Amino acid sequence: MAQPFTKIVARNIFYGGTAFFFLLFLALTFDTMGQLPQRDNRAALSGELGPVITKGKLIWEENNCIGCHTLLGEGAYFAPELGNVYQRYGNSTDAIKAFIASRPAEGIPGRRSMPQFNFSDEELTAIAEFLKYVSEINTANWPPNIQG
Amino acid sequence: MQYKSQAVAKPYFIAAIALFVAQVLFGLIMGLQYVVGDFLFPEIPFNVARMVHTNALIVWLLMAFMGASYYLVPEEAETELYSPGLATLMFWVFLVAAALTVAGYLLLSYSTLADVTMNKLLPTMGREFLEQPTITKIGIVIVALAFLFNIGMTILRGRKTVINLVLLMGLTGLAVFFLFAFYNPDNLVLDKYFWWWVVHLWVEGVWELILGAILAFVLVKTTGVDREVIEKWLYVIIAMTLITGIIGTGHHYYWIGAPEYWQWWGSIFSAMEPIPFFMMTVFAFNIVNKRRRDHPNKPAMLWALGTAVMAFLGAGVWGFLHTLSPVNYYTHGSQITAAHGHMAFYGAYVMINITIISYAMPLLRGRNAANPLKSQVWEMWSFWLMTIAMVFITLFLTGAGILQAYLQRMGENPQPFMVVQEQISLFYWLREIAGVIFLIGLVVYIASFFVGQNDPEAATES
Repeated sequence: MAQPFTKIVARNIFYGGTAFFFLLFLALTFDTMGQLPQRDNRAALSGELGPVITKGKLIWEENNCIGCHTLLGEGAYFAPELGNVYQRYGNSTDAIKAFIASRPAEGIPGRRSMPQFNFSDEELTAIAEFLKYVSEINTANWPPNIQG
Repeated sequence: MQYKSQAVAKPYFIAAIALFVAQVLFGLIMGLQYVVGDFLFPEIPFNVARMVHTNALIVWLLMAFMGASYYLVPEEAETELYSPGLATLMFWVFLVAAALTVAGYLLLSYSTLADVTMNKLLPTMGREFLEQPTITKIGIVIVALAFLFNIGMTILRGRKTVINLVLLMGLTGLAVFFLFAFYNPDNLVLDKYFWWWVVHLWVEGVWELILGAILAFVLVKTTGVDREVIEKWLYVIIAMTLITGIIGTGHHYYWIGAPEYWQWWGSIFSAMEPIPFFMMTVFAFNIVNKRRRDHPNKPAMLWALGTAVMAFLGAGVWGFLHTLSPVNYYTHGSQITAAHGHMAFYGAYVMINITIISYAMPLLRGRNAANPLKSQVWEMWSFWLMTIAMVFITLFLTGAGILQAYLQRMGENPQPFMVVQEQISLFYWLREIAGVIFLIGLVVYIASFFVGQNDPEAATES
């Protein structure tokens, strides 16, 4: 005879289902952590430029770049994707530095413009190296093309 | 109001509405900057307006969750709140911290704010939605712990209802997963992977428990339907929420460096995420149809049903639209994401909070059950104005997003980001107009608290 679907049954499905799928999520996360070293370009972080890249990430964060741009598709949608900007700028960190350094302080009339942050050359290098590091993460071929 | 300590909810609700106004005003600024790029530049650059827009949203939703908890937990537990004094103290701590943080965003450059708050000691700033200075984040943890203690002690010494337990689980999850905001490794992939443990496991996980509990409470109170029935539904809905939503986190792991099997896990499980929202819609209408009384507070019923429908559309349908990995490949980080974000947050979390405010505020202001008729009519107008405006905001952003994905990522000659943005500016103008309608709706909503206040209270019709 079929059991009636009671509140207790519903409660047990909730606790059992949540526990099972959370444990499955943890297991998948554990497996992911094992695979990331082959994908996340961590070699760059432990390499010679590691401290520069780390500094670049801090500058990226402390100027809220994510408030306008996306990075690997996450962030704001007001300004271009930067996960592949290194390739878009011809595999050149100098081109990235030159663009950031040349933004007009008062903006461009009627148009969106990136603020002038008055970065030192060392800071510009750090940001550009950070973006180069990001561009070499294995993102399953995203974005679809160079335009981001 | 059955317990006098429920009154501590009132300032939480008022502050929440004030922050809602700030959120919408800064949203309009951003919307205009999309088409008039130099608007308020460089005084309020886009990223600052966006921080205020999103952070005000998060804080006001948290404030309203807290107000809702302080209101409903004593009534469910059938006892006074453990410490009303602590609740009031924490209100002021939270409000001052939020005000100082917003002032910091607006008055200082973000890098200066990072310096004066010593971000370098424990860098947590500059990540989407977690832009708050580290010290603010620590403040949020302290407020959350004091809040949980207060709510937990109240539940512990009173009647233990399913609504209270589900709410407490949701709130505990909220506090626990927020701790990942303090984990910010140099490795960007790890950073992003665990950033989602705050963001996704909040809004597509534990927050839905809070949403379900508040909705169930309001339906118990307004329909008089047997609690057993409502509680069973609540368990089924939150079971489906977490069964689908936890692994559903995988839909954020497609393109950030995680293994490619997440495209399967994420697509399959997040494709099922609309199910609990659909069940919630069926549940709400079912319960209202079975009602044993006609509660005189019509707007509260309207908001409750509206929540169920709009959460299903915004979170369920618009989420499904771009959650399958082959689709998401083209739509990831486009205006489609923005469209979904707007309707999902409005439908699920804005509306559930207005539901409980709509139900509780007349009682907190000393009425027997409901506002006078005139006030109710204004409030129902605000419901339609804001809800329809949000539908159009979502549709216009969806139009913009489809064109963006096609022109920039799918067509024969993919065009640069800014070139595409100019081509789709018509949709941004229309979105901004819909945003103005939304603001008008919000003004009407606030006015509803003041109109007809000397009229007699609306009575039950039947």
